Amino acid sequence: MTAVPASEPLLRVQGLEVHFPIKRGLVFDRTVGHVRAVDGVDLAIDRGTTYGLVGESGCGKSTLGRAVLRLVEPTAGQVVFDGTDVAALKGEQLRTMRRRMQMVFQDPLGSLDPRQNVESLLAEPLKAHGLGGGTAGIAARIRELLDAVGLPTAALRRYPHEFSGGQRQRIGIARALTLEPDLLIADEPVSALDVSVQAQVVNLLEELQERLGLTYLVIAHDLAVVRHISDVVGVMYLGSLVEQASADDLYEEPLHPYTRALMSAVPVPDPVVEAGRERILLAGDLPSPANPPSGCRFHTRCPWRQETRCDDEVPVLRELAPGRLVSCHWAEEIRDGVLRPKSPEEVAATQGVSVAPTGVETIESDALVQGIDAPIERT
Amino acid sequence: MIPAEPVLEVEDLAVRFTRRGEQPTRAVDGVSFSVAPGETVGLVGESGCGKSVTSLAVMGLLPRRGVEVSGSVRFQGQELVGAPDSQLRRLRGADMAMVFQDPLSSLNPTVPIGTQVTEVLLEHRDMSKKEAVDEAAALLDKVGIPDPRRRLKEYPHQLSGGMRQRALIAMALACSPRLLIADEPTTALDVTIQAQILELLRELVVDTGTALVMITHDLGVVAGLCDRVHVMYAGKIIETADRHDLFARPRQPYTGGLLASVPRLDGGRGAPLTPIRGSARDTIPWAEGCAFAPRCDNAQDDCLTEVAGSTVSLEPDGPGRELRCRHPIQYPPSTGGATASGVLR
Repeated sequence: MTAVPASEPLLRVQGLEVHFPIKRGLVFDRTVGHVRAVDGVDLAIDRGTTYGLVGESGCGKSTLGRAVLRLVEPTAGQVVFDGTDVAALKGEQLRTMRRRMQMVFQDPLGSLDPRQNVESLLAEPLKAHGLGGGTAGIAARIRELLDAVGLPTAALRRYPHEFSGGQRQRIGIARALTLEPDLLIADEPVSALDVSVQAQVVNLLEELQERLGLTYLVIAHDLAVVRHISDVVGVMYLGSLVEQASADDLYEEPLHPYTRALMSAVPVPDPVVEAGRERILLAGDLPSPANPPSGCRFHTRCPWRQETRCDDEVPVLRELAPGRLVSCHWAEEIRDGVLRPKSPEEVAATQGVSVAPTGVETIESDALVQGIDAPIERT
Repeated sequence: MIPAEPVLEVEDLAVRFTRRGEQPTRAVDGVSFSVAPGETVGLVGESGCGKSVTSLAVMGLLPRRGVEVSGSVRFQGQELVGAPDSQLRRLRGADMAMVFQDPLSSLNPTVPIGTQVTEVLLEHRDMSKKEAVDEAAALLDKVGIPDPRRRLKEYPHQLSGGMRQRALIAMALACSPRLLIADEPTTALDVTIQAQILELLRELVVDTGTALVMITHDLGVVAGLCDRVHVMYAGKIIETADRHDLFARPRQPYTGGLLASVPRLDGGRGAPLTPIRGSARDTIPWAEGCAFAPRCDNAQDDCLTEVAGSTVSLEPDGPGRELRCRHPIQYPPSTGGATASGVLR
């Protein structure tokens, strides 16, 4: 499915960087370094399409989503939404712009006020923006929303804790839709839900998109969900995009070594397929974004790493085929099978103790990365 | 199929949580299964189905107060239900071990990794302190932690999530247990790290013949790892099968529904997923019929009502299979090799 851009893309992100300072010291807040959560990302989303952003914990995908909404301040770069640079907006203008871009959060219980009932939760955005046309108008709009997300009218008087996880996520989606946004940013919309319920929410998102012509930026670590829902998929590693392609192309033939490893690691619920799959195991963990590796950021774990060039030269995101962007020096050679992958042990051996973070020793780098957007655990 | 005497035999295990002034909750209700050496058995189900409580009951880790455990858990012939704490303590960590979901909260944050690993060795194996440290380093090395000597001195927060889970597995392996229970060992981890940990567990089972009980909600993990699978719903096992049979021809509508509702990496975009109606809250007590009936597409009147005074029972269903369902998914005899998704979609 290739979307023909009607005109200018709805959202264009250019050279976006978000760096968080690492502070040390009791009296003087010295800045001892920066976590480069997002480090130069370009992407564009066409109207009415879904862009899926995948990557592992700490790769910066959530920060990117937040920076688009200016929930965190970008350090550099542009976020152009429908022709306006959001990064330069201030005060009232920003507030008005945010009406058109809304967010669905991962944890519906954590993102809904426990003391407000559903009616008040859904009326709040309308009141805040002075919309909805008075009490009667707001009431009608709320009923319409409940209907759209498949909740009964009886839900209005109830509080978030009275609902199941799937229903809560429906409330979260309804709240994001109250202001009739153009862009919906969904950060891990289904990862906190049980598998049998995940499908309900995924279907709801697709149905709403079709009916309301919404544009989605879906951020998730579950590649199967992203493949199901997206038109275009971007893969992030340590703050930058390593590959971008249409969902079908990407899953058909991943070009970047990291994408390959990521896809081969996702278990498929079919023992026959599982037994016949080639599995690319990666050596070690994600390096620290406070001190990312030189050259290609993936070279410390890459089974296809070639001496010196991968270590020294930063690969640029280049177009290998129409609509297929990849940032790897050796993408063609890997695709054509000219280069052979090494085993994880060999990769670890050539890198010395590469599996340990290359970070500044004094910063407990792994601890910084962990826990930022680790998936909520199900028990 | 079953090569040797089972390591673990669980029979009619039931766990009730009692609270003063409230109806007791049956978290686990009549669960039976066994695990042979070198075998991997999966317990699959969603939140609240009782899979974790089952594992805690097997290990004797449930609190005594407010919990009633009945039935039988035999580990190498020894009865564990009602066994004294001293006996359990001798077994736990030595012959049977457990790996938990969240490695950060199951490690002591104030004690270096090394001390936590050697503690197991000093307790169960007759070792001097120095031998224990050497052994601990060897264990960390075995589970793929680089530079183990340095890591021994570090605290849990200094390790990444995958590394912590490896450390936890190293502790579980310290005394070469006959039985390892892994409760969602990879749920909190990223997929590439999950692949590393699953590979480690797979090697462990093959190399040492440890019996592995894998508790998970992820059908993909089950497909790649488990020999036999028990699907649980609302405290009871509702379907048991060899993994190939289960994925090719699920009989319980719940199992079929789970398989149809997960998007697959090797599936395409387009067709909407087929979710299961409602949520885990929409269950009825087993005493009133089938707990899954309110969400089930195959449900008939007799699923919702008690028939002849009995709940739906778990009955043999073909070789190596058991099923708790009155109206299971039917397959035409010709579709021998059809996949689950092929039949259902």
